[in-house]
Amino acid sequence: MAIFLTKDSKVIVQGMTGAEGMKHTRRMLAAGADIVGGVNPRKAGTRVDIDGRTVPVFGSVREAMDTTGADVSVLFVPPPHAKAAVTEAADARIPLAVVITEGIPVHDAVAFQAYARARATRVIGPNCPGLISPGQSNAGIIPADITKPGRIGLVSKSGTLTYQLMYELRDVGFSTCVGIGGDPVIGTTHIDALAAFEADPDTDLIVMIGEIGGDAEERAARYIADRVTKPVVGYIAGFTAPEGRTMGHVGAIVSGSSGTAAAKKAALEAAGVSVGATPTETAGLVLALLAETPGNLA
Amino acid sequence: MDLYEHQARELLHHNGVLVPRAEVVDTAEAARAAAERLGGRVVIKAQVKTGGRGKAGGVKLADDPAAAELTARRILGMGIKGHTVHRVMVAEPVEVAREMYLGFTLDRAAGRFLAIASAEGGMEIEEVAARRPEAVARIAVDPAGGVTEAKAAEIAAAGGLPRETTETIRRLWTVLTAHDALLVEVNPLVVTRDGAIVALDGKVTLDGNARFRQPSWDAADDRARDPLEARAAAAGLGYVKLGGQVGVIGNGAGLVMSTLDVVAGCGARPADFLDIGGGASAQVMADGLSLVLDDPDVRSVLVNVFGGITACDAVADGIVRALDTVTLTKPLVVRLDGNNAARGRAILGQLAHPLVHQADTMDGAAARAAELAA
Repeated sequence: MAIFLTKDSKVIVQGMTGAEGMKHTRRMLAAGADIVGGVNPRKAGTRVDIDGRTVPVFGSVREAMDTTGADVSVLFVPPPHAKAAVTEAADARIPLAVVITEGIPVHDAVAFQAYARARATRVIGPNCPGLISPGQSNAGIIPADITKPGRIGLVSKSGTLTYQLMYELRDVGFSTCVGIGGDPVIGTTHIDALAAFEADPDTDLIVMIGEIGGDAEERAARYIADRVTKPVVGYIAGFTAPEGRTMGHVGAIVSGSSGTAAAKKAALEAAGVSVGATPTETAGLVLALLAETPGNLA
Repeated sequence: MDLYEHQARELLHHNGVLVPRAEVVDTAEAARAAAERLGGRVVIKAQVKTGGRGKAGGVKLADDPAAAELTARRILGMGIKGHTVHRVMVAEPVEVAREMYLGFTLDRAAGRFLAIASAEGGMEIEEVAARRPEAVARIAVDPAGGVTEAKAAEIAAAGGLPRETTETIRRLWTVLTAHDALLVEVNPLVVTRDGAIVALDGKVTLDGNARFRQPSWDAADDRARDPLEARAAAAGLGYVKLGGQVGVIGNGAGLVMSTLDVVAGCGARPADFLDIGGGASAQVMADGLSLVLDDPDVRSVLVNVFGGITACDAVADGIVRALDTVTLTKPLVVRLDGNNAARGRAILGQLAHPLVHQADTMDGAAARAAELAA
């Protein structure tokens, strides 16, 4: 299995016909994603040929779902139109909307997250690299060729740190890697992914990557202490970040004494999570834990 | 983006919230003239983007225009928590009968905005909240419903504010939503001797992501900004100057933050945070490198790239291009992995520059850059 995305997922792309959308649709197809359509009201009824596959373009998410049975939408819609696009996906009751778009105003994110939640649409992102279940499917922009299928689950606020850890642990492999995004208001949280990995019979160990800002990692730590039985290895970025400065991600900011990397690391360690000092050391902790538990990761 | 108090005051005023009459000046002589226009007795307030101005001596009452000039002279140029005071606000004093606290802020965990209201204002609200949490009401606002008349009454009641504040509560919500603010805080919100509800101080943080639909926002009028940061902003690069000796360039906010930590773990101080972003072109890499090399504090530069969308050969091309225009006098350590890494490494290998070193791992690259900066 995997979480949120499997080989059976039928994926549509909102914003497929734009430059970013086309580039990544091609990459997703190459990684095995079952892309069943694109959505663009101005190009409804047309088709796009991508590497020998013909992908139909639909006028709406509703129409795409009715025609293809799609259950995942990946959004490459520019910030001014992202709120309307997520709202449309939620109105169509799509089970999963993966919002790659960076730079969406927070007021829009607040509005569409509440709207989607009320319609049982799971949102991943925004400002995220999406998710990949290696060997099965890929919804987003995570490179598929740097790792392989395996039994580690990974959840991360950062795209490039996701790639770094996937690469470090490429010899072991992953069930699913989920990039939840670095914005202050996101749909799927560390806790949502931890819960799903805990319930996934094909995940044996979980890697959780956090960074400065907010208290999502502290809340995840409490959840791990209470509810997660699988081993968790953590990594936190941003120990050297000065107070009050946004470090690239809109959500990555230390305010006063809250949101610091040190507090997050301490909370995770108190919950029994091994936390690495560097990505490489974190991968080393994973390998050491796996070596201690023979029988896992067959 | 945090606003200065006087900018926040303008937004509040524009949306119908009562604020004291005031002028912003940058010389002591202008402060005297402003005091004359405002009736003589005034409050002089340092305009810096940090809290604790009062405790630092940045807020003073002046009894007449001459005192206003003297006080402004003392406050202008003063340093408050690392911020230099370039301007002061000269404001009419207000006869306060009662001080309260009112704000709207983002609740990241719940993914919505919260009203925070307290009958105790005028001091550090964080301290009140820590000492007596029941004195500070936190009321969630439904994003679809917003702040209606009934919701405003609920907020006032929960915070122990008089009913007369409901209009101000609704107007502050309008400031938050119409101007794409992430924080609107008035502390203190006061009831004056004659019963008016007045915002004595205001703090507003705007959401930079909303710039595309907020044409009235002027380009960051921020004299405190470091010249390299201003240059980076003009080039569209995510850059924060940190003051150490190892210049850091990478792709992706998380990886760059992590690189800073690894450099610090090697006993060196990072000079900056510079994110060339996803899918960066050779030009972006070249701009970033020349920017970091122009920082006089930098003794070595570390480029740490894990190519996802970003292609490592484009990064290598950018380095080669930058070295056409910039003479490299400081060692450069480069670690490339991921998308097109082999091609990128080959390009740098061919360059065969004596000051360009390649490293196989992130930790190894950081250790080398730290060593070269020592």
